[in-house]
Amino acid sequence: MSAVAFEIHDMTVAYQRRPVLWDIDFTVPEGNLVGIVGPNGAGKSTLIKAALGLVPLASGKVEIHGKSYDEQRHLVGYVPQRESVDWDFPVTVRDVVLMGTYGRLGWFRRPGKAEKEIANRCLEQVGMAAFAKRQIRQLSGGQQQRVFLARALAQDAQLYFLDEPFAGVDAATEAAIFELLQTLRSGGKTVLVVHHDLQTVRDYFDYVVLLNMRLVACGPVDSTFTTENLQQTYGGRLTILDEAAEAMRQRDV
Amino acid sequence: MGGLSLTEKVMIGTALLGGMSGVVGSFAVLRGRSLVGDMLAHAALPGICLAFMLLQTKSLLGLSLGALASGLVAIAAVTLIVRWTRTKEDAAIGIVLSTFFGLGVVVLSVIQRSGGGGSKSGLDSYLFGDPGNMLTGDLVLLAIVGGLVLLMVVLLFKEFKIVCFDNEFAQSQGWPTLRLDLLMMASLAVVTIVGLPIVGVILMTAMIILPAATARFWTNRLHHMLWLAGAFGVAAGFLGTRVGQGLPAGAKIVLTAAAFFVVSLLFAPERGIVAQLLVEYRLRKRIAREHLLRALYELSETTLPNLEPLAVQSIRDYRHWRSLDHLLQEASERGEIVQSGDTVELTPLGLRRAAKLTKAHRLWEMYMVRHVGIAADHVDRGADDVEHLLPEALLIELEQKLASEGRLPHVIEDVPSSPHHLDTDASPRQGGG
Repeated sequence: MSAVAFEIHDMTVAYQRRPVLWDIDFTVPEGNLVGIVGPNGAGKSTLIKAALGLVPLASGKVEIHGKSYDEQRHLVGYVPQRESVDWDFPVTVRDVVLMGTYGRLGWFRRPGKAEKEIANRCLEQVGMAAFAKRQIRQLSGGQQQRVFLARALAQDAQLYFLDEPFAGVDAATEAAIFELLQTLRSGGKTVLVVHHDLQTVRDYFDYVVLLNMRLVACGPVDSTFTTENLQQTYGGRLTILDEAAEAMRQRDV
Repeated sequence: MGGLSLTEKVMIGTALLGGMSGVVGSFAVLRGRSLVGDMLAHAALPGICLAFMLLQTKSLLGLSLGALASGLVAIAAVTLIVRWTRTKEDAAIGIVLSTFFGLGVVVLSVIQRSGGGGSKSGLDSYLFGDPGNMLTGDLVLLAIVGGLVLLMVVLLFKEFKIVCFDNEFAQSQGWPTLRLDLLMMASLAVVTIVGLPIVGVILMTAMIILPAATARFWTNRLHHMLWLAGAFGVAAGFLGTRVGQGLPAGAKIVLTAAAFFVVSLLFAPERGIVAQLLVEYRLRKRIAREHLLRALYELSETTLPNLEPLAVQSIRDYRHWRSLDHLLQEASERGEIVQSGDTVELTPLGLRRAAKLTKAHRLWEMYMVRHVGIAADHVDRGADDVEHLLPEALLIELEQKLASEGRLPHVIEDVPSSPHHLDTDASPRQGGG
């Protein structure tokens, strides 16, 4: 059994006294692609933000490779939702990717030649090398997403958190992201991805976390991504349930 | 420094103020905090008046401390209102700003009624600004604040940049985003307050916003924007005090800054209104041209590979045109068609371009309808970049689908008299073209 990359213990998160995540408790072994799946408002993004220390925990703790996040920050890469920033900000594509190296640089030091080479390499990896000098406003949605991925790659992490990277991207970007996930896994990295498309869960991930304010199930896709678990996760939301059933049926034939 | 004449002091002082307002204003504007400067300026008035009542002096430092104190109270008030009630931030800022300003006006009139005329004139300058009585000490204070702002921005450029662009990502890397934010706010507050006696409570916010907003028109890089905003601020301060003798200086400075803004708004490359209208005009022209070529292709499609002259009237009836005659004339100037009397014929060059456009269009249509689920009549994107946006495997699939429906335009790479394009009739089984 491989080492534990990420562990959450009895975590509860509340926004203004209203809990959004209850008693979450799971571990993720190293070197897996993990899908975090659940209906809207299930707390998927909150789970990631809590793990990264962006929202305070009401209780519980988070461990990354056995230690607290504060100690292991340098091992973690983060891809926030694309809509979370102003894409008219006066920076170029490479400027954004360089931000991935800021954590290592520390106070006052500016990115130099070495960092720029890292940024160029990461842009190449996501197929955006030709765009390095573009202003970010001129990018399509899929290109923006790839820039964010390149920034996370520049963090050179062991554990990555991706918040809805597949949302609203073109087919080419979807394929590129999927390929990148494979590369990361074969490099021994662990990647947790907030995902909303049930149809592709089996194709993309080998581990799944089913979430609806509480943890419904967590484990390898084959044994965990089952109709019963999905019904529990999406219970009561009929349209999505149908979709889930459809996804299962397609797999069974 | 004592050797400077009053005019020189005023010019240097306002230029300094303009420069630092531009720099701190850039961060405020990019962080979506431009109104905070406005609030600080207005909320400073009661602090200034109370400080005057307590200290009985008009020294810039004493009054500035008063201004800072009431500015901080105002920020705290906004934070509390937003945190504990359902009031939105902009509404809260508006409430606090006007309440503090009203309070300031009341206290000011009390001072004016009780005190002598001499003390009154000094405080009045805080309302509309009056750099005319700038002392050497004031100039030194401005220089020190300016130097500190510059030093801070040089040291913390990278940190401010990441916090302004993506606060949460910065936090995930361990940057103390709250403290960096507070530092940006504090520098905004200090610059606002030292600027109050020069441009006044009401106009100070313009000094914060205008140079930064002007600079944004001219560049897409943050460090260039900071330099430019500083330069626009300096120029506004410098020129504003020189033009129009006898008019209120604060207003002149702000109007100069506004003039820079209006010129940039109109004429900046790329982001200026004129440039944008030009882009739109070119786009419309391109779309009209593509519509024409596609219409010609579709009208000729039945007789291909033979090209027959088309009646202009049939083209006119084919779809809605804004100025068909003009379009046809332009097309024949490009050598895409030959026009003779009432008929039009595609040239080999025109046919090739038309086929290419039609193919891209149909691929788009097919993709949208089959893979994205948009109603067919909403699909009309003149995008040649379909090949770059879709993965190759999907393109081939779409092309095969079009071919099986007999709707795949054959893009002729050679001259059309070549036997090549007879293939269209022979076999509809082509893959990647």
